[in-house]
Amino acid sequence: MIKINCKDRDGEFHELEAPTDMSFNLMEIFKAHELPVEGICGGMALCASCHCYVHSDHKLSDPSEDEENMLDQAFFVEDNSRLSCQIKITKDLDGLEVELAPVGE
Amino acid sequence: MIKTDIIIIGAGPCGLFTVFEAGLLKLKCHLVDVLPQPGGQLTEVYPKKPIYDIPGYPSILAGDLVEKLMTQIEPFAPSYTLGEKVESVEKSDEKLYTITTNKGTQIQAPVIAIAGGLGCFEPRKPPIQGLEQFEDKGVDYMIKDPEKFRNKKLLIAGGGDSALDWTIELAEIAKEVTLIHRRTSFRGAIDSVHKVMLLAKEKKVNIITEAQAVAVKGNGTLSEVIIKSKAKGEFSQQVDHFIPLFGLTPKLGPISEWGLSIHRSSIEVNTLDYSTDTLGIYAIGDINTYPGKLKLILCGFHEATLMVQSAFKYIYPDQKLSFKYTTVTGIEGFENS
Repeated sequence: MIKINCKDRDGEFHELEAPTDMSFNLMEIFKAHELPVEGICGGMALCASCHCYVHSDHKLSDPSEDEENMLDQAFFVEDNSRLSCQIKITKDLDGLEVELAPVGE
Repeated sequence: MIKTDIIIIGAGPCGLFTVFEAGLLKLKCHLVDVLPQPGGQLTEVYPKKPIYDIPGYPSILAGDLVEKLMTQIEPFAPSYTLGEKVESVEKSDEKLYTITTNKGTQIQAPVIAIAGGLGCFEPRKPPIQGLEQFEDKGVDYMIKDPEKFRNKKLLIAGGGDSALDWTIELAEIAKEVTLIHRRTSFRGAIDSVHKVMLLAKEKKVNIITEAQAVAVKGNGTLSEVIIKSKAKGEFSQQVDHFIPLFGLTPKLGPISEWGLSIHRSSIEVNTLDYSTDTLGIYAIGDINTYPGKLKLILCGFHEATLMVQSAFKYIYPDQKLSFKYTTVTGIEGFENS
């Protein structure tokens, strides 16, 4: 079990517990804690509704071409933007600091 | 006026399979979908992705599943209204609903099955303040008639196939085409990327990469877009049209105003028969919610099957419905009956 710190869209912080042995991704952890993340496509990097910013300097795998393509269609994209569904929960991510990106419209 | 037994809103996998199960009970269906082709998300979003949890298929491409469903429902000759969005529903009689689409098509039936998935796919609108006030006054999210842009100054935003394709096509027609994109590389067909780069070299289009549109200005009609680029900071560009092409995103849409009980953009149903709180209106597949709901195609098929049994009893309360296996009776299509 690791801990992830997440800032929601109202600026509130949440400490999320995430098991590392169930091949969860970060989007699923957000949803499990009932944070307002849609994850419409279910984690296929096809909708960008789980867009987040990574603030801590944890070493993450580079975004795939699919993820970059999807970020092209997202808004409020910054250099530290990621699709949370593409971030696998591993032991190395303990203490990860993330923030939910704003949603358009 | 089109008349049928069940109006199915949404021609995704769940909506399509409803036609089959309804057909077994001799109920006719009419499908309505905002997309121009059947298949819903499977065709629109991930046709080439394999699905692994369809019983009997260890792996099947989403697009292939839609094709097979289309073959499976063919005997029941469903009719379609594609490329139109259902706007309103009205009760025309005690057991008769009339729905009207955005193009004025009207369909009548005693039963409505909402199989709308995530909702209707609509163009993704960039969150630029005041953008709505210029919609159809210089801001276009889709291109219906390229002639509209003849001799105009255009700014196209996006990095995918539609942005590339329209840049190529409109370069011939427009006075000036600028393509703006968040990254330096473009996704989409290699051939299109090549063509756009060539057009840029020939100075027929102007490409601005690592940039986004951040503001729009104009007096009644759009005249200026403010662009923020990594290299040059913020600057203004004179345009007649701004065309943001960021793909499609699903929205629940007008159904949310039908007075059905909704929880977190999903329609609440009774798991006995997937009925909503309005008699004669059912909701199946990804669009519904109930305790234990799983958004799986597999579950949508099950919901569709139980739903049509209830629909039959609602339409024909005096007829006895005896359940038959397809292995016993085979498929009796509507042409032969």
